Amino acid sequence: MITLENLTKVFETPSGPIVAADHVNMEVKEGEICVLLGPSGCGKTTALKMINRLIPHTSGKVFINGKDTDDYNDTELRRSIGYVIQQIGLFPNMTIEENICVVPQLLGWDMGKARTRAAELLEMVALDPAVFLKRYPKELSGGQQQRVGVVRALAADPPVMLMDEPFGAIDPINREIIQDEFLKMQATLRKTIMFVSHDIDEAVKMGDKVAIFRAGKLEQFDSPDDILAHPVNDFIADFVGTDRTLKRLRLVKVRDAVDTTVPTVSKQDTLEKAGSLMTEHDKEYAVVLDRDARPVAYVLRGTAEAQRGSVADHHVPLTARANAEADLRTAVSEMFTHDITWLPCVESNGKYVGCVTQNGITHVLGETYRRGGEH
Amino acid sequence: MFGQSRFAQVFPLILAFLAGMGIQATGLVGDIVSYSSDIVYLVQQHLLLVAVSGSLAILFGVPLGVWLSRPAMRGYSESIMQTLNVGTTIPTLALLALSMSFLGIGFLPSIFGLFVASLLPIVRNAYAGLLAVPPYLKESATGMGMKAWQILLRVELPNALFVIFAGIRTALAINVGTAALAFLIGGGGLGELIFTGIDLMDTGMLLAGAVPTALLAVLVDFVVGQCQLRLVPRGVNPLR
Repeated sequence: MITLENLTKVFETPSGPIVAADHVNMEVKEGEICVLLGPSGCGKTTALKMINRLIPHTSGKVFINGKDTDDYNDTELRRSIGYVIQQIGLFPNMTIEENICVVPQLLGWDMGKARTRAAELLEMVALDPAVFLKRYPKELSGGQQQRVGVVRALAADPPVMLMDEPFGAIDPINREIIQDEFLKMQATLRKTIMFVSHDIDEAVKMGDKVAIFRAGKLEQFDSPDDILAHPVNDFIADFVGTDRTLKRLRLVKVRDAVDTTVPTVSKQDTLEKAGSLMTEHDKEYAVVLDRDARPVAYVLRGTAEAQRGSVADHHVPLTARANAEADLRTAVSEMFTHDITWLPCVESNGKYVGCVTQNGITHVLGETYRRGGEH
Repeated sequence: MFGQSRFAQVFPLILAFLAGMGIQATGLVGDIVSYSSDIVYLVQQHLLLVAVSGSLAILFGVPLGVWLSRPAMRGYSESIMQTLNVGTTIPTLALLALSMSFLGIGFLPSIFGLFVASLLPIVRNAYAGLLAVPPYLKESATGMGMKAWQILLRVELPNALFVIFAGIRTALAINVGTAALAFLIGGGGLGELIFTGIDLMDTGMLLAGAVPTALLAVLVDFVVGQCQLRLVPRGVNPLR
């Protein structure tokens, strides 16, 4: 847990004092990622660097897991906090192994233990220790270097991590991959993380909480969904963009918008049965499942009512499916691609879960707005 | 194509052989060899001058460069570097003469003069090399909880080492050449053969001093180059 209490930084410059952080109050719960967001010069990086005292604070307090960090000396404090920067900062004169072992060594670990840890961490980010431990940073690609940068910060297993635009210098494709990898790691590691970004999409994707700064002031501190659905002022609304509702599509999983009342039939069923099921549930279509409960086709209510025979003779093959774990953005994109208004939704093993419809999605997103209207 | 490149390889050898024959014909080789016992003695003296003054220059120069590169010195370092730069514009001979006027003649003033002459490239490269270490490496090291001296030893110096070595290499190459002048203030060395040879218009004697001096310069440069190749970590060594 990281708690900032009235944290303030005033830089004295020849042209007068500049307030880089103005009585910032926030609390990041254990195991959560909090993204500090804002335009450049808004004080987000200053706020971050005051936590490990790379920038000394003017007034206020920083607590880590309830302990006042003023009680620790600089090096002690920093060794207990993982730190990742945009330029990665791997030491080019050291091998990957030596780089990862820096903090464990500073903490006086036994070398054997530190080496084992380094190999373990490399495996965690899918870099073969046998290949990479003895390499130098310049012999790695940018993406590989950033992975090493992240695991180096994890070397001594610090409870808290500070990340200053860690994925900012990586190309968009690799950034997505590394972000996903990192979230997967975080799901098991449960570190408390402060993460600086200037990219609202990254913030929405990575953050459990998002803190938006302007001119040293914390303007809003909320969950990504609340920031997007209920920006507290025009600045936030402008900053998150006019397409903020579309951005929320990323935050909802297909599973959470699924309609399970759509009737299912098998190929052997008669059209009569299919038709009555659709009438019963008041749906315009039914999904046809195969023997393993995988959706393969659909029948329309009009067809079922006008024709006779078995489903097998009158079904229409499916063109697309959505994975239950994917976000709504992917599902909506699929619908637009295939010019359809609903998608059957499947587990990763292909089994049918339900249907996701454009109406259903509108309803899910609208719920937050209605909830917001009440209070 | 093949024949042409083969010829290009062999051509310098043929030239060298012809030149060698020419020199042999003038009897100069014989003249030089006749000084062999002097050469052996003077080469030792010459090397002693280079070794003592060079080591002193490294021992003072590198720490001085480190000290000037510290953040606390930021306000003064540039002006000190400028003073040192002005120092190099003094001709080496004048430097030796000045050194003699303070310290008298002999080994000591020669060492001092050579020391001052080789100090600057070492200080300048150490200073510039340390300043060129990217700030984010220092930030990263600080953020990981290294103390200032740990950052200097484990991050800054290793990353500046290649540039520091380049300074030492330049300084020692200058030093070997300049050490020949030490004879003029009674410091000995191969300058004894060179300058006496000039005075007596004895080309053989002159070459008996000049050729070993040139070879020593090449040798010293080679040795320091090998150190640079082997001692600078692979990750920051452009030669590996």
